[in-house]
Amino acid sequence: MRQTALEVHNLTVSYNRKPVLWDVDFKLPQGKIIGIVGPNGSGKTTLLKTIMGLLKPDSGYTEIFGSPLTNVRERVAYVPQRESVDWDFPANVMDVVLMGRYKKNNLFKRLSREDKRIATEALEKVHMLPYANRQIAELSGGQQQRVFIARSLAQQADLYLMDEPFVGVDAATEERILALLSALREAGKTVVIIHHDLQTAQAYFDWIVLLNTRLVACGPMNDVLTDKHLQEAYGGRLNLLTQVGELLGQQRFPIRERDFDDKK
Amino acid sequence: MDTLFRFFSFDDANVRLVTLGTVLLGAAAAVVGAFAYLRKRSLVGDAIAHAVLPGVVLAFVLVENKNPLALIGGALFSGWLALLSIDGIRSYSKLKLDTIIGLVLSVFFGFGIFMLTAVQHSGLANQAGLDKFLFGKAASMSPTDIYAFAGLSALLLLLVTLFYKAFKIVSFNRDYAITLGLPVKLSEFVLSTLTVLAVTTGIQAVGVVLMAALLITPAAAARSWTDRLLIMLLLAAAFGALGGLVGSFISYSAPRMPTGPWIVMSLSFFALFSLLFAPKRGVLAKVYKQRKNREKIITENLLKALYVLGERQGNPQCLITEKELKSHRSFGLTEFPLAIRKLQNRLLIIANGSGYRLSDTGLTEAARVVRLHRLWEMYLTTRMNMRSDHIHPNAETVEHIITPELEAELIKELNRPRKDPHESEIPYN
Repeated sequence: MRQTALEVHNLTVSYNRKPVLWDVDFKLPQGKIIGIVGPNGSGKTTLLKTIMGLLKPDSGYTEIFGSPLTNVRERVAYVPQRESVDWDFPANVMDVVLMGRYKKNNLFKRLSREDKRIATEALEKVHMLPYANRQIAELSGGQQQRVFIARSLAQQADLYLMDEPFVGVDAATEERILALLSALREAGKTVVIIHHDLQTAQAYFDWIVLLNTRLVACGPMNDVLTDKHLQEAYGGRLNLLTQVGELLGQQRFPIRERDFDDKK
Repeated sequence: MDTLFRFFSFDDANVRLVTLGTVLLGAAAAVVGAFAYLRKRSLVGDAIAHAVLPGVVLAFVLVENKNPLALIGGALFSGWLALLSIDGIRSYSKLKLDTIIGLVLSVFFGFGIFMLTAVQHSGLANQAGLDKFLFGKAASMSPTDIYAFAGLSALLLLLVTLFYKAFKIVSFNRDYAITLGLPVKLSEFVLSTLTVLAVTTGIQAVGVVLMAALLITPAAAARSWTDRLLIMLLLAAAFGALGGLVGSFISYSAPRMPTGPWIVMSLSFFALFSLLFAPKRGVLAKVYKQRKNREKIITENLLKALYVLGERQGNPQCLITEKELKSHRSFGLTEFPLAIRKLQNRLLIIANGSGYRLSDTGLTEAARVVRLHRLWEMYLTTRMNMRSDHIHPNAETVEHIITPELEAELIKELNRPRKDPHESEIPYN
């Protein structure tokens, strides 16, 4: 296997004290388009948010290119779900894409001409340049999605984590996004995408993480998308695991014992 | 008129001071409030405004005079405590934000009123005038107060300028800002502190009860006029400043009129005016747009009726009587003459005796509407598998909104069909 882009080590994350991810553990190679696939409520978004440092895991850790996130932030770009923001915010398309150029060391300065050039090129790549001055509320769902992708491209990262970029987009947008992903792969970048549609997963991804609260399988697409694995992931939740999770939440029990150190 | 002139000459040092104070604080509160508005935390401003009261009274009890810096310190302290309580309760309970805000607001305010009453009956010297924090009294501000508050307002505006990008990204997409490694917690801390500071300055002029209006109303008014954040902030500042100016002027020209409530009154007027008359987002603009749509629908329906009735007689441009038209489809009582008048003005139809016929340009326009209707019916039957007796109502609406680009796409996708599902000819140019 080539160098690891992302390692998730024994990750347990809970929401309202109920575990949403149980001891998830996998490694992802560089230069692939990788799908995180699983039924609704299987913890896909939670996984991505934990990797991006938005949620604190109860145990376990994640590493990107062999280092903790804080050391490699500039090499990772995150595309949140489109519905996670209020599109009625007073901003135009260019304003949003330029946010991809915001950094710790330029937050209190004006953006440079170089930043603007990079943002413009990012917009061009998603075919949204004619809309640069459009108010974001006036865009269609597919166009808003492309604005978010352009914003992540403006970060010029090596690893892209996208949360459901194909939801609510029209066929033309889908094709454009796919072409863009292939171009990123050609350039040696790694793209990790949350996806819930099994029908298309086969065509889109080289590598797949099949998830349902626990890791079902992880590997090259053909090895993972087997009837056995799919049955395991989509054939309902593990009854006993769910019950234990509920119990932990109700009893306000710690997820890990206090003196446990998972780096050992 | 004379009063107006005397006011704006600013000869009176006191007028100059009070006006300067209210204008600056109006602008500062508006700019800070705009971010609370955009973060959908408008009510938090109200909670802070009420929550600073115990801090102010406590500071007075400690230093035993109304030194503005001490009072600001006290306000800052209890305002912050209230904010921390809100965030704390939020993360450790399942209560909804509005419940928490109501809870914190009333507990702090109740405690403040209790302390205020206790102090007023304690016989402490200098306590007179402390109750002005309840309803505000701009005209009685001392020069020291005003210098302190003017300085504070200027500082607020400066900090917002400095943190502009940070506040922008945190307000729009907080999670994303965190993933960029930006100092989100710091920005939120600064923004909250600015809100508390703005409230502290503002309650001198308008009091605890009306403070939220100073924060939120200018922002709501400004949002109606623009889709750009920077312009919105500038507009909000302008509204806030103008509100301060108008309030000062009214209390100057009619000395028994209070400044604070008049500031809020004029701000509310700006907001109401904006909500009604702003282009695009205003109520009037929306009503006008609906009217235009309605007009488009009835004129296009009339054109189509003329075309279809003529088509049956073998000539779409032949003369159709009013009676035939009305029996073909029902038009509203006032709508029919309106549509006829509009179409005649645009020279699309020609009146002749008791009937009407399509002019040459009218024919082109009518054919376009008929074409869209029939193309859309084709689309519904072939792409959405709808039965041909179900498609008419849908096409009746859609024919009016299909743009030329969509029309071209539709023709291409359907392969330029000759007839619609009811076997009627589709007219092309």
